[in-house]
Amino acid sequence: MIAEAGLAALWLAAGLAALQFVLMILALRSDFEAARAMRSIAVVQGVLTLVAFAMLLIVFARSDMSVLLVFENSSAVKPFIYKVAGAWGNHEGSMLMWVTILAVAGAFVALLAHRTSERTLLAALGAQAVLALGFYAFLLIASNPFARLWPAPPDGQGLNPLLQDPGLAFHPPTLYLGYVGLSVAFSLAVGALLTGEVDSRLARAMRPWVLGAWILLTLGITAGSYWAYYELGWGGYWFWDPVENASLMPWLAATALLHSINVLAARGALKAWTMMLAVIAFSMSMVGTFLVRSGILTSVHAFAIDPQRGTFLLALLAIYVGAAFILFAVRGASLKEGAPFELISRESGLVINNLILSVVLGVVFVGTLYPLFVEAVSGEKLSVGAPYFNAVAGPLALILAVLVGIGPLLAWRRERRQVFKRLTIPALLGITAVVITIILWPSMHILPRLGFTVAAYLAAASILPLIGRNPFRAPLATWGMVMAHFGIAVALLGMAANAAFTSERLAIAKPGDTLTVGPWLILLQDVTPTAGKNWTAVEAELRATRGSAVVTLKPQTRYFSDPPTETNESAIQTFWNGQLYTVVGKPDASGAWQLRLWWKPFVTLIWAGGALIALGGALALVGRLWRLAWRRRPDADWRRERYT
Amino acid sequence: MKPKNQRLVLVVAAVVALIAAALLAMWGLRSQASYFYTPADIAAGKAHEGEAMRLGGMVERGSVQHLRDGVTIRFVVTDGKAKTPVIFRGIAPDLFREGSGAVAEGRLENGTFVADTILAKHDERYMPPQLGNLSAEHKAGKTLEK
Repeated sequence: MIAEAGLAALWLAAGLAALQFVLMILALRSDFEAARAMRSIAVVQGVLTLVAFAMLLIVFARSDMSVLLVFENSSAVKPFIYKVAGAWGNHEGSMLMWVTILAVAGAFVALLAHRTSERTLLAALGAQAVLALGFYAFLLIASNPFARLWPAPPDGQGLNPLLQDPGLAFHPPTLYLGYVGLSVAFSLAVGALLTGEVDSRLARAMRPWVLGAWILLTLGITAGSYWAYYELGWGGYWFWDPVENASLMPWLAATALLHSINVLAARGALKAWTMMLAVIAFSMSMVGTFLVRSGILTSVHAFAIDPQRGTFLLALLAIYVGAAFILFAVRGASLKEGAPFELISRESGLVINNLILSVVLGVVFVGTLYPLFVEAVSGEKLSVGAPYFNAVAGPLALILAVLVGIGPLLAWRRERRQVFKRLTIPALLGITAVVITIILWPSMHILPRLGFTVAAYLAAASILPLIGRNPFRAPLATWGMVMAHFGIAVALLGMAANAAFTSERLAIAKPGDTLTVGPWLILLQDVTPTAGKNWTAVEAELRATRGSAVVTLKPQTRYFSDPPTETNESAIQTFWNGQLYTVVGKPDASGAWQLRLWWKPFVTLIWAGGALIALGGALALVGRLWRLAWRRRPDADWRRERYT
Repeated sequence: MKPKNQRLVLVVAAVVALIAAALLAMWGLRSQASYFYTPADIAAGKAHEGEAMRLGGMVERGSVQHLRDGVTIRFVVTDGKAKTPVIFRGIAPDLFREGSGAVAEGRLENGTFVADTILAKHDERYMPPQLGNLSAEHKAGKTLEK
């Protein structure tokens, strides 16, 4: 019954989305009175998808094996939290989650967006309904999550153990919220292009959505990076895996959009540009979903190989992106360009930011899709990995990090002051960092050396916007920007330290043997069998000493029975100045165990930096929403917005 | 700057960025893309020594040897047509087993494939598409042998 209720709710929601689309066309043709019902319809549609999603959670929580999806992806002996999380740890469930978020976002637009004109809002709601309609069709035709299985088997097939991790429970929802938050920017852009009302009001309505989506993407990428770091046991934090790129590409586009939208909001300039970025950002979300969900990648995350689904998603992608680009081509040229600006100005700085981010996005996009393209065309198999991405994106990222220190110091319209004078101290810090690394570590590789230099410079330069004024009277958005830019410096420092100073030891040891890694002396005390709810394991007990510090680490190799799989559970100990990372492998014939040990100085700064960037975004979002709530005057002129 | 000129400058900047991205990507792909080879490709001389590449195939039964240091293994990868010896230093991945599929990343040195990383099949249901075809061919080969 529960599964059928979920399915019925989904069909109803799909029907409402279709109605919403029809009403939009009527509303755009004439001032059609009934179109005002679109707001209520959007809300009801959001509620219906929530009901459908809740029904899926219930069948998973109850381990109802008569539902095919539960049988394929769950088992009765799993811990409860993974039973529930299993609902979206598979293809159908995650697509249902996607469409739920899409419809709920539409409902919130209908409830909250008061800043755009009524016509643009209705057009945007129509666009959002069209987006949802495609995904409803996808669910109902090609991936019904509520399909039944008869007779019901006693137990399910289990869930990939690699995914039985708290990371699984929160990582995909965070990313999906980010992806789908960008759908609102897309719909608002499409709506505004349809009505021709691309102005600073639109930008201010769009901004909280972009900011919110960007925060969640930042968090999702940071958490995903840490998950890969400790769960895969390879000691790396970014693998340039296509699935990682699938989340990085929307983030890059959203970062560019976030910056250009400020120009539109504050100055009414970069209209066509910003609309283009809004379209690209959500297109990248769809590309990401396509890459992960179609199963065309050689990757841990690609679950099923099912050409029908892949084709369906690709068709949706082509239709939506194609239609948006055509609309842009037709309407984009007629947009009036806004207030002019000089070559050296805040606007120019943001344009350069956008250009560099777009180039990075372009090279990541090409590198990710090139292997698929080549294989489809010539059948030749190749892979594009870290060497490519590091070589093409690394230097650009460093240049961008240098410019991040300068842009916020520039004034809107034109800069007449001597901005570079203010950068004396940051520049000196950067030079000091070069000199110190050359004296202390003459053989250091060039990239980490540059990383330390730029990090030292940017850490100082990023806080300059708060200096020379009363920092407590600065808007929250300024604080947020400073914190996010400072976070880049922190992450960069962590990456440089990890690249320059990591020590690694790979050896075999019998209980009682001692190994050294970096400053640590590590004694293998014992290897013992142990067990959890649905796994058995061997666990090594390691005693690590450094001076007077003593810690015990217990890495494991786990064996899961359903489905039969092994995973390496690394044991990681965090200190203020780094992490000790240990993995136990397999025994050899003589009873010695393989151990892999790393000492990674300051590696945690990478994720701390990511968290700071997201927190900066959150501060800015609170500041913006505060203003929206207090100054909800539709006639507010852009000149009044005291933006810094 | 007049608004009209400003738009022109922006369009030119966007086009330049697009071209720069394309050139950069082409340069990077030419020097850094690593091709996927099977032992048969290597036997046919398609792969060059020292170039970054991926090798895919089945780990031949009975071929895995552990070296004295305990962390280096040698094994043979086969696609049913040819064989390539592989040497790997590190902890082999969870599902690395004789008789099952593996993809190794590394380079050829004097006819031996020196692997930096080994990617194995990740669970019983999951199979990289590159190996999917291969295992079908391999199975077909086996049936023929019988």
